[in-house]
Amino acid sequence: MSKFKKKKDGGLPAINTASLPDIVFMLLFFFMVATVMRDNSLMIENSLPSASEVEKLEKKNLVMYIYMGKPSSGYKSKYGTEARIQLNDNFASVSDVGAFIASERAIKREEEIPFLITSLKVDKDANMGLVGDVKQELRKVNALKINYASIKGDVSRN
Amino acid sequence: MAKRAAPEVNAGSMADIAFLLLIFFLVTTTMEKDSGINRKLPPMEDSDEDVVIKQKNIFTVLINNNNQIMVEDELMEIKDIRQAAVEFLDNGGGTDNDGNICDYCHGARNPSSSDHPDKAIISLKNERKTSYGTYISVQNELVAAYNVLRDKRSLELFNMSFAEMQKKAKDVNWVGNKERLKEQISQIKKEYPQKLSEVQQ
Repeated sequence: MSKFKKKKDGGLPAINTASLPDIVFMLLFFFMVATVMRDNSLMIENSLPSASEVEKLEKKNLVMYIYMGKPSSGYKSKYGTEARIQLNDNFASVSDVGAFIASERAIKREEEIPFLITSLKVDKDANMGLVGDVKQELRKVNALKINYASIKGDVSRN
Repeated sequence: MAKRAAPEVNAGSMADIAFLLLIFFLVTTTMEKDSGINRKLPPMEDSDEDVVIKQKNIFTVLINNNNQIMVEDELMEIKDIRQAAVEFLDNGGGTDNDGNICDYCHGARNPSSSDHPDKAIISLKNERKTSYGTYISVQNELVAAYNVLRDKRSLELFNMSFAEMQKKAKDVNWVGNKERLKEQISQIKKEYPQKLSEVQQ
């Protein structure tokens, strides 16, 4: 009896897949680190306008978001078709903006408060009347740094 | 009894589990960073005394309910605003508050347009039914006008565009004199201050 069997001819040897999990894990970690989970589920249409002179918002934890736009299709029957404000996960009225800013400030550290930026994520079809009201409200609570969220692109697409 | 080696765990399904997680994160990932046009609102102060500004130092832009744009009492297309604003800001027809003339302006020095970039104010007005898209387009063009002038000036002085200077000031890997760079940036900002006022209805 020969100790060494001759290899069978034909039939490819199986590829070793032992390192496959490693590769997949590597990808997995990359995406885990790069992921930013959406913290608000939008109840409004929110297609941002394009602008060419945009600046990036660096510190994510110093940004407060105010969304404005028409209610999306599921909410049309209840909230109508006029543009509305969304704060966190609820529809809100203009008078709620001040309270929202106060509550956002309350959970931030005190030394960070002067650096807070309010990002206005407004649908490009919304009317300036609503935006103006919100701006006025922001001035009342002294939240003066604002950012008109927009996508980098050409203005002709607006 | 002989000690048995622990049986090996079958790791064949490890890849499947990892794939499952990978696909979950792939789907939930949003890579984009927030970007937008930064603005500062004027503080709420009801001062009784109105600051008197000469009409020629104000560049009025009005967007009406039908998204038509009126610049200095004339109808204008979005694409022409940038040039008009540059001409207005860079005019340098007079002196600033300290009586200095604008020696770095390249404008027409028209006495009926703005005196000095330091005095020139762009006032952006809108009506309630103006669409936000148009408003941002106009605002973008006005900010672009300032950036055009600042770029031109910094290329003249420091052989570097203003955007490049700002990028370098933020870049931690940049080797060079950051203090000086910051001074240069603030000098450009002082020569062409962004005086863009959004009028509340």
